[in-house]
Amino acid sequence: MHEILIAGFGGQGILFAGKFLAYEALLEDKQVSWLPSYGPEMRGGTANCSITISDEPIGSPIVSKPTVLVAMNGPSLDKYESEVKPGGYIFVDSSLISRKVTRTDVNVFYIPATQLASDNEMGGLANMIILGKVIKEANVIPFENVPRAMGKVVSAKKQALLDKNIKAVEIGYTYAE
Amino acid sequence: MSIVFEKPKALTDAQLHYCPGCTHGIIHRLVAECLEELGVTGKTIGVAPVGCSVFAYNYFNCDMIQAAHGRAPAVATGVKRALPDHVVFTYQGDGDLAAIGTAETVHSAARGENITVIFVNNAIYGMTGGQMAPTSLPGQVTQTSPYGRDVEKVGYPLRVCELLSNVDGAGYLERVAVNNVKNIKNAKKAIMKGFKNQIEGKGFSLIEVLSTCPTNWGMTPERALQWVDEAMIPYYPLGVYKDKYADKEGE
Amino acid sequence: MAEKVLMKGNEALAEAAIMAGCRHYLGYPITPQTEVAAYMAKRMPQIDGVFLQAESEIAAINMVIGVASTGKRVMTSSSSPGIALKSEGLSYLAGCNLPALVVNVQRGGPGLGGIQPSQSDYFQATKSAGHGDFRMLVLAPASVQEMVDMTITGFELADKYRMTSMILADGTMGQMMEPVVLDTKEIKTFDKPWAANGTDGKRPHNIINSLCLEAKELEEWNIERYKMYSEIEENEVRYEEYMMEDAEICIVAFGVAARVSRNAIQAARAKGIKVGMIRPITLWPFPKKPLLAAADKVKAFVSVELSMGQMIEDVELAIRCKKPVLLANRVGGIIPSPEEVLAKIEEADKMGGNN
Repeated sequence: MHEILIAGFGGQGILFAGKFLAYEALLEDKQVSWLPSYGPEMRGGTANCSITISDEPIGSPIVSKPTVLVAMNGPSLDKYESEVKPGGYIFVDSSLISRKVTRTDVNVFYIPATQLASDNEMGGLANMIILGKVIKEANVIPFENVPRAMGKVVSAKKQALLDKNIKAVEIGYTYAE
Repeated sequence: MSIVFEKPKALTDAQLHYCPGCTHGIIHRLVAECLEELGVTGKTIGVAPVGCSVFAYNYFNCDMIQAAHGRAPAVATGVKRALPDHVVFTYQGDGDLAAIGTAETVHSAARGENITVIFVNNAIYGMTGGQMAPTSLPGQVTQTSPYGRDVEKVGYPLRVCELLSNVDGAGYLERVAVNNVKNIKNAKKAIMKGFKNQIEGKGFSLIEVLSTCPTNWGMTPERALQWVDEAMIPYYPLGVYKDKYADKEGE
Repeated sequence: MAEKVLMKGNEALAEAAIMAGCRHYLGYPITPQTEVAAYMAKRMPQIDGVFLQAESEIAAINMVIGVASTGKRVMTSSSSPGIALKSEGLSYLAGCNLPALVVNVQRGGPGLGGIQPSQSDYFQATKSAGHGDFRMLVLAPASVQEMVDMTITGFELADKYRMTSMILADGTMGQMMEPVVLDTKEIKTFDKPWAANGTDGKRPHNIINSLCLEAKELEEWNIERYKMYSEIEENEVRYEEYMMEDAEICIVAFGVAARVSRNAIQAARAKGIKVGMIRPITLWPFPKKPLLAAADKVKAFVSVELSMGQMIEDVELAIRCKKPVLLANRVGGIIPSPEEVLAKIEEADKMGGNN
């Protein structure tokens, strides 16, 4: 079972990234739940999204002890680092978070997702770049199924956007520290 | 022997409960005559208010709904949206329409809701025994304004037709009275027009009918009819306050 | 079988209403249920339906009364403070014997409160939705799929008994996305000879009315309605048992609290504590019989709620206080964690013998 928490600022595409993962899991015929934080946060401030992917029916849709934490800003890392399950994963957008993870019982990956997005003229797609890394390292969904799930969450009418999102995942997937 | 005058079939045989000298009966009759003459009784749904005319559902021979206090225009909106080809009217008093239901009145007018509102203004709360209404006149003595309505302390009466005439969505607004034969004839014309407008899809029509309340005014029926002329009409002038389509036709 | 799609609870519920034949939605925006209104605003014009944003919650529920009077399926949705405003209309719906579906995606209170999930309108929904003696059918979904299924059931039961069905959800159920099957199963419809939809000159006029000044007659109206309520308590109770076969502790929880409790039950079982759950799906009628039966088997109950303890009173009544009932709760928009529920299970486990 994967209990994934994606956290960052409103506007970073936190909820979209979660929706993409959830859809892929659905296509895999897994049990899945997606739960956003909601309210004024959607206009900036912190936003987070809980995704649970499981073979069994899912109990609580709230991820409070994640197996995978994706931290896209400093406050999110500060808030959730200690909650990650031992042996779990923490993914850090190192363009925005300068400090290192202090825990030693988890797998930590640093990826300058926001920088990579702007280097590749993919402003706003740091979320998908960091997800590429998550897919590579945490084995939450098979990489070859990315285009299929993307087709479900990005309208077919926006082909250019679809391609760009898939490319962003690839950049993260192939990124080497 | 030939029949020269009879009760409209749009009224039931139920005996009206109104006080002697009250003009609700006349207004009921005018509404019923219009429904019958337009041949729409069978496809009309009326909405009764809370107030003296709360039992209107027993008197009109069309399908009827009894609404919560002030909410008749909202209920009528629901009915009309569900049955756009039917005729829908509300029959409301001044407390119902211009106090507790002001929001529903203004917003159904603003939406241009295609309904007909019969607004009976007798400047007092009748059913509860004669309290001050939103339309009670300055200085008017009621149970809750025993020293006369003091506008400095409790504010001024609302002139509903004037108020709604500034609402773009309102289609047709006219104030009439039923205190003499001439006024009754005019009232019938106005009510008829209110229903015709609806049938023609012309949106929100409200006919304000100045009415009497001899019991709670503490007057004889005859004196009450005079008081409409002497006190009410000067404050609430009769006439057409808005006729969206006539205005357009005139342009 | 229809395809599984990923949908937010609020949107799935709205689509289910359309599947159930509802073509009239009247509401007023309030977080966290606004997606229902937004979804309806988009969908209704596409299918010749009516979406209307009312000037207030009060107007919205009275528009619902208007549509319901014509015999057509109608719904409104809101969140806690908005439901409070609708309470006058809820009472009138009951008094007029009108069917309608009302959705409450609860948030924390009292007053303006917050916008995070809550279950603190339990009393309001099950006991005191408005003035006068009346009940509403109260359905408490615990998944997005149940948001769909309960909506359809809610419309059917409302029509069957001529009363209001309320979907009592919370912010989590509304905001959560889960895979859901929008099954176009056969929808039950009911004849409505009582409707105010025009006599067409062919029948006596129908009157939709809650006024009755004759005390004896009004008493009879109430007694008749309560006879029907007894029937409903006999026939329409819905609940789910989870790991109750060998349970020594029984959790009672609905909605998101039941979801959290499943995790806690698994954790407790891993520690060797025999705990199960009775999840009420209908909050009214409340599953009194299974709870009473469980009272002879278990040593304690734990009521898990997002309130200061409202359902716990019904649990205690249902089991006739035969066993202790503990409360595991958080309020203000906070959802109890599985760890907090587990701690309460462990406390219950220490309560000793099967007394």
